[in-house]
Amino acid sequence: MDIRILEGVFDANERIASENEALFRENGVLAMNLMASPGAGKTSLVSRTLEMLSGKVSIGVIEGDIASSVDAEKIKSYGVPVVQINTGGACHLDAAMIREALGHLDLPSLDLLIIENVGNLVCPAEFNLGEGLRVMILSVAEGHDKPLKYPLMFSQSHVLLVNKIDLLGMSDFDVGTLRETVRRMNPAMVIFEVSCRTGEGLPAWAEWLERMVRERKNQQRM
Amino acid sequence: MHELGVTESIAGIVLRHANMNGARRVLKVNIKLGELTGIVDRYVSFYWDMVTKDTVAQGAELNFVKVPTVAYCNRCREEFRIEEYDLTCPRCGEVASDIISGREFVVESIEIE
Repeated sequence: MDIRILEGVFDANERIASENEALFRENGVLAMNLMASPGAGKTSLVSRTLEMLSGKVSIGVIEGDIASSVDAEKIKSYGVPVVQINTGGACHLDAAMIREALGHLDLPSLDLLIIENVGNLVCPAEFNLGEGLRVMILSVAEGHDKPLKYPLMFSQSHVLLVNKIDLLGMSDFDVGTLRETVRRMNPAMVIFEVSCRTGEGLPAWAEWLERMVRERKNQQRM
Repeated sequence: MHELGVTESIAGIVLRHANMNGARRVLKVNIKLGELTGIVDRYVSFYWDMVTKDTVAQGAELNFVKVPTVAYCNRCREEFRIEEYDLTCPRCGEVASDIISGREFVVESIEIE
């Protein structure tokens, strides 16, 4: 006997993700899912963003790691609310983990929630968290050929931050080739070239992000 | 990379429907799998026996139907198959904005007895 099912394998995650999304919308919070491979500069970007937007935007952070609270400790020193999620081996955050973490945050008091995903260019792209903005980092040391190797991440993200541009002269990384590859995969992707070490390019990113946060707030008022 | 978790999700869906329909045994599971998902079917099959041990789904055959990545060109108003994740329309050279298939991961049907 044949039984028709037509149930998506990720449906359970998608359901919780849309509940998270509704919570973010009701509270006027822009949730940003930050994804990259280990060592690309996720935590450095969160730190720099906090430095640049503090006083202008109320920010909360969720730190996702397989183990440890090293990153959360770093972020706590900026005086913002931080929740650490340890996935206990899982290679990505999922919507249920975010829902649980939200219980430890005062959403109405926030404008921006930065969710630092587990370091991985593959799996996080498959799991919707309910975020309004998907941001990925590619660092110069990783090479400009990565979009073709990790296509889902590059095709799903709204923003690409090319980090460690202070290393450009020391590598074969070709920003032009990267931009052309990305344009063919995801023409709407917004690209910023930055260095979290020297600070180059970061003001443009911070201004853009602040504008996105304001737009989200305005949508809530409408 | 997360094929074990995914296999558990598939088993959950299959067993729920098998029980609802009073199945003694699940013979086959038909799964639609988009090319753009990062899922490797042979790893799912590898975990399947472990995940379904001592259930009615143990030993069921997993049949994966691969779905190619297809985009839609707004200018030509036609679909085209994407190779190497390049969204450039082969007819007019415009970069398409819509991927219309390739992300499917659906348990379509099961065969039971």
